[in-house]
Amino acid sequence: MAKRERTTRRERSVKGAPTARDFKGDVNPDWCPGCGDFSVLSALQNAYAKLGKGTHDHLTVSGIGCSSNLPGYVKTYGMHTLHGRALAVATGAKFANHELNVVVTGGDGDGYGIGGNHFIHTMRKNIDLLYIVMNNETYGLTVGQASPTTVVGEQTKSTPFGNLESPLNPVAMAIVAGATYVARAFSSERVQLAELMYKGMQHKGFAFIDVISPCVTWKKEKMQIFDYWKERVHLLEDHDTSDRAAALAQAVKTGHETQLGLFYHDTSRQSLDQMEPVLENGPIAHQPLGITHEQGDAILQKMM
Amino acid sequence: MAKYDFAIAVGGAPGQGIETAGKSISQICARYGLNVFTYTAYQSLIRGGHSFLTIRISSEPIANHGDKIDLIIALDANSVEKHLPHVAPGGALIYNSEHVKEVPERDDIQLCPISYKELTNDPDRKAKMLNVCMSSVALQMVGIDLEELEDIIVLALLKRTGQAVVDANIAAARASYDYAAEHFTPFDVQFEKQEPALAFGSGNTLMAMGGAAAGVKFYAAYPMSPSTGILHWMAPNARDLGIIVRQCEDEISVVNMVIGAAHAGARAMCATSGGGFALMSEAIGSAGMMEIPIVVVNVQRGGPSTGLPTKTEQGDLWQVLGASQGDFPKIVVSPTSIMDGFNTIPELFNLVDKFQCPGMVLTDLSLAEGHTTFVPDSINWQPEIDRGELIAEQGQPDGEYLRYQITDSGISPRAIPGTPGHTHVVATDDHDEDGGLISDEFTNPHKRRDIMEKRQRKMEGIVELLPPPTLEGTEDAEVTLIGWGSTHSVISEAAQMLTEAGTVTNHIHFKWLYPMDEDAVNEVLSKSAHAIIVECNYTGQFARFLRGETGFKADGHIRKYDGEPFMPHHIVDGARELLAEKTDLYVPYQEIVV
Repeated sequence: MAKRERTTRRERSVKGAPTARDFKGDVNPDWCPGCGDFSVLSALQNAYAKLGKGTHDHLTVSGIGCSSNLPGYVKTYGMHTLHGRALAVATGAKFANHELNVVVTGGDGDGYGIGGNHFIHTMRKNIDLLYIVMNNETYGLTVGQASPTTVVGEQTKSTPFGNLESPLNPVAMAIVAGATYVARAFSSERVQLAELMYKGMQHKGFAFIDVISPCVTWKKEKMQIFDYWKERVHLLEDHDTSDRAAALAQAVKTGHETQLGLFYHDTSRQSLDQMEPVLENGPIAHQPLGITHEQGDAILQKMM
Repeated sequence: MAKYDFAIAVGGAPGQGIETAGKSISQICARYGLNVFTYTAYQSLIRGGHSFLTIRISSEPIANHGDKIDLIIALDANSVEKHLPHVAPGGALIYNSEHVKEVPERDDIQLCPISYKELTNDPDRKAKMLNVCMSSVALQMVGIDLEELEDIIVLALLKRTGQAVVDANIAAARASYDYAAEHFTPFDVQFEKQEPALAFGSGNTLMAMGGAAAGVKFYAAYPMSPSTGILHWMAPNARDLGIIVRQCEDEISVVNMVIGAAHAGARAMCATSGGGFALMSEAIGSAGMMEIPIVVVNVQRGGPSTGLPTKTEQGDLWQVLGASQGDFPKIVVSPTSIMDGFNTIPELFNLVDKFQCPGMVLTDLSLAEGHTTFVPDSINWQPEIDRGELIAEQGQPDGEYLRYQITDSGISPRAIPGTPGHTHVVATDDHDEDGGLISDEFTNPHKRRDIMEKRQRKMEGIVELLPPPTLEGTEDAEVTLIGWGSTHSVISEAAQMLTEAGTVTNHIHFKWLYPMDEDAVNEVLSKSAHAIIVECNYTGQFARFLRGETGFKADGHIRKYDGEPFMPHHIVDGARELLAEKTDLYVPYQEIVV
């Protein structure tokens, strides 16, 4: 990998409309040339800019893996947490300051494998986050083992005789688990991806985008992997995104085609922070610490 | 009033109202202004089995359940059979003569049979009021006014069950009280009301209250005995106090949510027991690496593995000291009493905020589920709060903020997300001053060394602020008892008993366990006589830790690992045997078995 320069970009002031450039991080990505993640990063910077908030109003949280290096490449507050734990950390951060726009990024191993438990429960609770999974169907950073989305029969370093296990269907799983905004995108379809991200940020509740972001290093097709996907993907059309059953039916369709777009969007459910009366006075991170003597006396009264 | 030290115990099967009886008697004593400490020996069952609750009442402040039992309320036949030998000479046993036909001969105690049928009008015959009848008899025998019990019955039952049930219970209480007055001999100890009235609460409750006072705004938990009491206090108080309380899918989620909330600016805490703590380990290291202040409470129970869910132990010391891979600054503290638990939480929050690192509270079931009375005015609801070097408003100009700036103290000013001009990334990979990763692209041995030394320099600041243990008692003692955490009171009492019996004994007790100031601790230890380390585990975890930190080797050890907490005489007997140099290890025999 080429040696990269580090530059320190001045953080944009609060006033004035931000541009995608303002969200460029201090460090350039160290992803392999051609990796799908570059497009995801670029789409995310565009979506951040379109939302119009200052760089400091966003928190980008990730776990561990190639794609989880992303927070370092955007100019926002960032947390590069443990493998699989980004959703839990992001949930805590969102509750401490629900005025932050919290975006979680990561890969399929991080989110669907080691972080699977958090994935299910964060959706069930409808936490107000945007979760972008760069799904490349492999463990890239550990040099190419099977992941929870690796297809049956694929030979990898950990499945030299072909993968016996069935892959997870993240979109169907999200619809069932209770996510209220569920989409699939393809890294090469940047405009659609940025638009889905932007709408996902605006959605109050758990927004999930499974992004097909091909690995050009550990897949045997190398750069031809994009051709493989381009041939398969189709836009989801004539679909009512408010119909959960229809969304699930689309999500579990099998066969050669992979559909892209918004599968499910439920605006009727409140996100957990909206349901929490404690947050009515503003973020808890901004509240005065401790309790009053009156509150204390009331507690002691009950103990007597 | 003369000095007294009296204990009432309630035995029975869970579901018979043992807790209700115990709580009622304790609360009445608290209202009377009497010092109380309670401990319940119970099994990991919801219905059935056997529980035994000890209520110690003393004219002196007490913080353990003591050595003897004067009066037993036996709610079932099993309790009579099991616990008759535990009644001290001159004591009494209350039982239901309809269930217990024959009681083994003991002419040194008073047997107090009552007939539930005769004392109550209970058509459904489920004996739901047996606990009320027996409590009433007990209270009569120690001179407490019946009105106190009637008040408690109204308080406990009126909202839940309605007037008819309250009336039936009060009638049962009155009939029992009168019956006792007529048939049983009262105790020499007759309690008199004194000022002030006291409050009554458990160790878990007091730690939760300490959290609220410290400004905890985010509390997360996964239910795990014996730490669940903290969740059960936080959850109902959350809305009044402005605390976000979340129950999570597992302890991994718990601690990571706490890390997220703490990073975003809230004081955040969680509690668990050993198994849950094991799941939290990796994330505790990440808080050390990202330099995020969190407080994790480990309420120890018997281990290893699922172990003894309802029993106590001090068996997680090495787990907590060694939690997570690599070296990182951390603080480990073990409260020495229920009331100390309240104060420890704000103290620890100030330290972790100042030094931006994880802090761990190591306590155990005996304190967390033990209950004590306390003077309500002794609670300091507004302890000092020091959030350390926190940037929560716009400070420095854009682009120059270094989250992990290398400083002499190792402390780098911490900016909270949302603050303009300070965007940065915190990372679990090792990183540069500005948060840039040095594990891959920026790997550099010199940078790694600098940032590791920066973080570890914080330990020098921490150790300066942690008070070393003090020597309690006279310096020219024959024996020194050394303990840590929850056993302070029981060791202290044993030292006093030994001294009174002619073996002058002093006591060194550790609250702040890590980091340990070797010189300061050695200074204190140098004053010790025949040193005996007392702890509730098999391998002498603290003895080995102390030896590792200071080179100090004790002369003898008293260790208990049967699940039940020490009683003072266990330590007294142990010290005597060890002094006679028959052995260097004494393991007490637990007399009361549930």
